Amino acid sequence: MDELLRVEGLVKHYRVRRGWGGRGARVHAVDGVSFAIAPNETYALVGESGCGKSTTGFAVLRLIEPTAGRVWFRGRNVLALDPEGLRRMRREMQIVFQDPFGSLNPRLTVERTLEEPLLNHERLSAAERRERVAEMLEVVGLHPEHRRRFPHEFSGGQRQRIGIARALMLRPRLVVGDEPVSALDVSVRAQILNLIVKLQRRFGISLLFISHDLAVVRYVSHRVGVMYLGRIVETAPVRELYENPLHPYTRALLSAVPVPDPRRRRTRILLPGDVPSPIDPPPGCRFHPRCPEALAVCREEDPRPRRPADGRIVCCHLYGGSPPGETVSPAPEPGASPPTPEERRT
Amino acid sequence: MPLLSIRGLKIHFRTPQGTGVAVDGVSLDVAAGEVVGLVGESGCGKSVLALSILRLLPVPPALFAGGEIRFEGRDLLRADPRDILALRGNRISMIFQEPMTALNPVFTIGDQLAEVYRVHRGQSRSQALASAARMLGRVGVPAPERRVREYPFQLSGGMRQRVMIAIALACRPALLLADEPTTALDVSIQAQILDLMLSLNAELHTAILLITHDLAVVAEVTRRVAVMYTGRLVEEAPTAALFETPLHPYTRGLLASIPRADASFQTESLNEIPGVVPSAFALPPGCHFAPRCPRAAEICRREAPRLEELLPGHRVACWRPVDG
Repeated sequence: MDELLRVEGLVKHYRVRRGWGGRGARVHAVDGVSFAIAPNETYALVGESGCGKSTTGFAVLRLIEPTAGRVWFRGRNVLALDPEGLRRMRREMQIVFQDPFGSLNPRLTVERTLEEPLLNHERLSAAERRERVAEMLEVVGLHPEHRRRFPHEFSGGQRQRIGIARALMLRPRLVVGDEPVSALDVSVRAQILNLIVKLQRRFGISLLFISHDLAVVRYVSHRVGVMYLGRIVETAPVRELYENPLHPYTRALLSAVPVPDPRRRRTRILLPGDVPSPIDPPPGCRFHPRCPEALAVCREEDPRPRRPADGRIVCCHLYGGSPPGETVSPAPEPGASPPTPEERRT
Repeated sequence: MPLLSIRGLKIHFRTPQGTGVAVDGVSLDVAAGEVVGLVGESGCGKSVLALSILRLLPVPPALFAGGEIRFEGRDLLRADPRDILALRGNRISMIFQEPMTALNPVFTIGDQLAEVYRVHRGQSRSQALASAARMLGRVGVPAPERRVREYPFQLSGGMRQRVMIAIALACRPALLLADEPTTALDVSIQAQILDLMLSLNAELHTAILLITHDLAVVAEVTRRVAVMYTGRLVEEAPTAALFETPLHPYTRGLLASIPRADASFQTESLNEIPGVVPSAFALPPGCHFAPRCPRAAEICRREAPRLEELLPGHRVACWRPVDG
């Protein structure tokens, strides 16, 4: 695969102190995440709160410094860049935040907000800047006369358009979208989702789309990584993931998503309990205490990534296949369906 | 006679910017044991409506401008405040979106749950704590005897919402007002909480008015739905009928703008409802949805349509409803 971004073994641990004067502990927020994004591709990281998806997105941009791992952007090692190198690289990597209220400076007009990246990274005359701002406002569906207004004069959806415009001002190659539509109402969310899809195609952007919403992820992305407790447990092209989820966590998650169709009566896989604390992740497979299909081996051995079919990676003892990275190209197994209980017992 | 009957309710807000219309002539019934959804986008007045039932709105700035709310035959808007106090947490309960802010951080879970038994059931402290532990067990909190001694911050979001549900249902109320009860929760926890609410509904026969922006949640748990837009009820129908044949262009537009995760359904492109929800201080004349409506005609901009029953049990407020 042609790669724009490659992340290898990304780790972010936080030191916390438990209780007053308690002993130090480590929060394993991100614990060995690897993925790659091709040019023009939308790759989504999906998972429940605390799984480390946003931390991963921030660490890729070095908005927080990862504890370990490697990040390659267009062949350059992002983690080795000095501040000036990082500053220059940031013009190619931008971010759209979740909160359209908190992520815009309330004291700056829209024009000032959108000019800021140009002032930092390009030498343009005031007239040229104004032209670029007007152009971008139109691209994101705002009126040119909006440029003199302040953030509080806009609705949530319009503010998110401003946030998207700001991220696109420098024509970046990679945009990280951290839950960019989660704070929006249904009808407005559809507008922004359509805008994101349209602009991703129009500008040929690679998009790292971070979301907890499986329905939204399905609509915008080409490939999806499902995260649980700091790890990616399954990666697949979007269609395969939703039609044939392999990892028991993915299956449970998909079965729990409510569907706007009252006639559909489904069997939900209800996971017992809550996600364990990332301070003491369970040994073996991190999902095993809640997994309806856990085997004896799951309690002891951390499952290595396996490639049960082309383009799919799953970290689960239920599946065979070669480890990714090896050049054996496995023929897609028929349906790549999980083994039946009988098969597993043998 | 329905358990809860709201007739022509009007609620205004007096603010320095002028008078805003939050609820504009809403009529809605909830029968005993029924699960009804009240759905709409932010600012449509659904939460204000729910809060007004328990008289939890600050008056002023809120102002009851008309209508009535009858619960078990009694007019709540004109009832004595002491009678309302006796109803709250007893015959009518409410749970909210954010259980962390709804729970008091400086009291234990047990104290907060026991308070309900002490106030409404007159139990002693030790009796009430025992009742509290029993109720926690019923809503699926593991090790309830230990949990009663813990504080809200020691619980996960899902567990806190279970505690809220325990507090709300302790006195087996006739009506539970659930205002976005699962919006702050993860999807797997949301499924647990919705299941819990439904099983308690079946077990205790508590009617539920589920207030939410999430049509998918409505589809999964309710039998009847009312859709609100800018303070007005625009459509009300049995849940299956609303999703199958939405008659109001707003409902139809909303349904077509939801992406779906189920494999059998592929969303090719999402419908957009153009424009934005008008401000409560500057509502357009006629039908409030007309400026965004693809079917709007002359009359829509002039005169507000009334809610009328077009199909059995299916009411819609629209001059030009979508044909089934």
